[in-house]
Amino acid sequence: MDQQAILEKLKTLLPEAIKGSADRYGQLEVQVERLKIAEVVKALRDDPEVGFNLLIDIVSVDYSNYPGWTGDRFGVIYHLKSLGLGHRAWLKVTTPEEEPSVPTISHLYGNADWLEREAFDQMGIRFAHHPNLKRILNHHEFVGHPLRKDYPITRRQWLSANESLMDEMNARLNKKGYV
Amino acid sequence: MIAGIDPHTLLPTAKGESSSQGLNAAQPKEKKDLVFVNIGPSHPATHGTLRALCALDGETIVAAVTEIGYLHRGFEKDTEVHTFQQCIPYTDRLNYVSAIMNNVGFCKAVERMLAIQVPERALYIRVITCELNRIIDHLVCAGANLVDIGALTNFWYSFNVREKVYNILEKLCGARLTSSYMRIGGLSRDVYPAFEDEVIAVLKEIRKGVQDVKKLISTNRIFLDRARDICVISGEKAIQYGWTGPTLRASGVEYDLRRAEPYYHYEDFKFDVPIGTIGDVYDRIFIRFYEIDESIHIIEQALRKLPGGPVMTDDKRVALPPKQQTYGNIEGLMNHFKIIMHGICPEPGEIYDATEAANGELGFTIVSDGSKNPYRIKCRPPCFMNFAAYHEMIEGVIIADAVANLGSINIIAGELDR
Repeated sequence: MDQQAILEKLKTLLPEAIKGSADRYGQLEVQVERLKIAEVVKALRDDPEVGFNLLIDIVSVDYSNYPGWTGDRFGVIYHLKSLGLGHRAWLKVTTPEEEPSVPTISHLYGNADWLEREAFDQMGIRFAHHPNLKRILNHHEFVGHPLRKDYPITRRQWLSANESLMDEMNARLNKKGYV
Repeated sequence: MIAGIDPHTLLPTAKGESSSQGLNAAQPKEKKDLVFVNIGPSHPATHGTLRALCALDGETIVAAVTEIGYLHRGFEKDTEVHTFQQCIPYTDRLNYVSAIMNNVGFCKAVERMLAIQVPERALYIRVITCELNRIIDHLVCAGANLVDIGALTNFWYSFNVREKVYNILEKLCGARLTSSYMRIGGLSRDVYPAFEDEVIAVLKEIRKGVQDVKKLISTNRIFLDRARDICVISGEKAIQYGWTGPTLRASGVEYDLRRAEPYYHYEDFKFDVPIGTIGDVYDRIFIRFYEIDESIHIIEQALRKLPGGPVMTDDKRVALPPKQQTYGNIEGLMNHFKIIMHGICPEPGEIYDATEAANGELGFTIVSDGSKNPYRIKCRPPCFMNFAAYHEMIEGVIIADAVANLGSINIIAGELDR
């Protein structure tokens, strides 16, 4: 399916969720209404003609220093690919500086759990209804979000205590029926 | 969490199902009967700094959670204060077992942004060095994995030939592990005169090394018992977790970027994409041996076709002028000054570009604001997705199997934690 066809398909599936589109060096970018992202991803995943069954990556961007940028401060890019049909596209949502929050897609793809945790950890974007939104790459005592443009690269922090992980472990054991 | 849906299996959760059935109905499963053990973060079998906290019932892992980030050093933040050229040595340290493939992945993305035509000779040398790197990556993975399950001899057989490949890489670029051999627009230097003969000789040794390993393990009862039907992951599940590369192919999904979205003339090379049958540890080890064979075929074809000519583009936006020009005329001097002081400046824009690295799809998302520093780089490390599924794969198996499985999904902490 070529780019235009994917866009047309999306416009018929969820016309109110699409804000715009762009061509990014040969790949389709669809700008999506922030609160509709989970619906859009699910529709694209389940539609047999689009069939985006592989979540390639979730990228967070802080546009606050970007020259000429007038939109919301943060962007989240979802790279999607269909293994069977071979086409790709990426969806982009933007979220404002105050309370940056995007609905989770961790119930749709297994790897979205960790990818969203990374975006939260590095950029401070919250993913609503994420089951376990904790830091992943940085230490749990770390303060701030290092990939934000206002986080100075030279800032150092003293981090000491280990993380017990028992909070995650208990949740997992509870799910398996342990008391 | 979404009510009633298990985020990992996507199946509706039935509360208390397991505790109200069968023999367990009388005796509820209690947490106090379990022993909690940390595997890692610093343990010989983790081959890097990874941590898995396991709840054990006897020797069986009933639940596991993993923690990463012990090798996080802020690769993405670092790139934002360096020029595009200065990012190349940082990419070496992502997957340090096959550094050149990361160089190529990054350079290819920037070259696409700048619409630079890389000379044919450079492309073929990139293919040859990438496939050599794929071979040593697979040798390290399989060799180390076999050590973890007690087969030490294979480690020597595979690491012996790996050393010989490193000798070639050292002659190419002066470094063994962190090569920084690629430049945006081509290579840092051409290959040395005896390169082709030495590669052909090393391919022969690789064949022999792989054959020796295969002879030792393919009918070895201990190996087969340790590897077959252990930590099976179905193709569906692997896709669900975003797996790519050999681990996905071991689960029977034929997806290889070199075939699916060919770059660097991969469409002209004859090679097969081997796939596994069920996706157990055995499949994940053996698929790497088959891929080594295919890489050898690709290198042989590329050596036959290797054209002459320059290895660096003459595009003035990225290439330093020859030294005679820098010192001989004002235009050359200015070009040199511009590239050193002002750097490479792609047009403002966003790009995603991916290559098939040894572990799977290595992708770079680059946001450029038109300046000499990248505005934002996000690396998609293939083993991040592999490790995201690890805790689920090892639940229900014994510790020894968890170690065998960790080796088979080839976690490289350098690219996992960035």
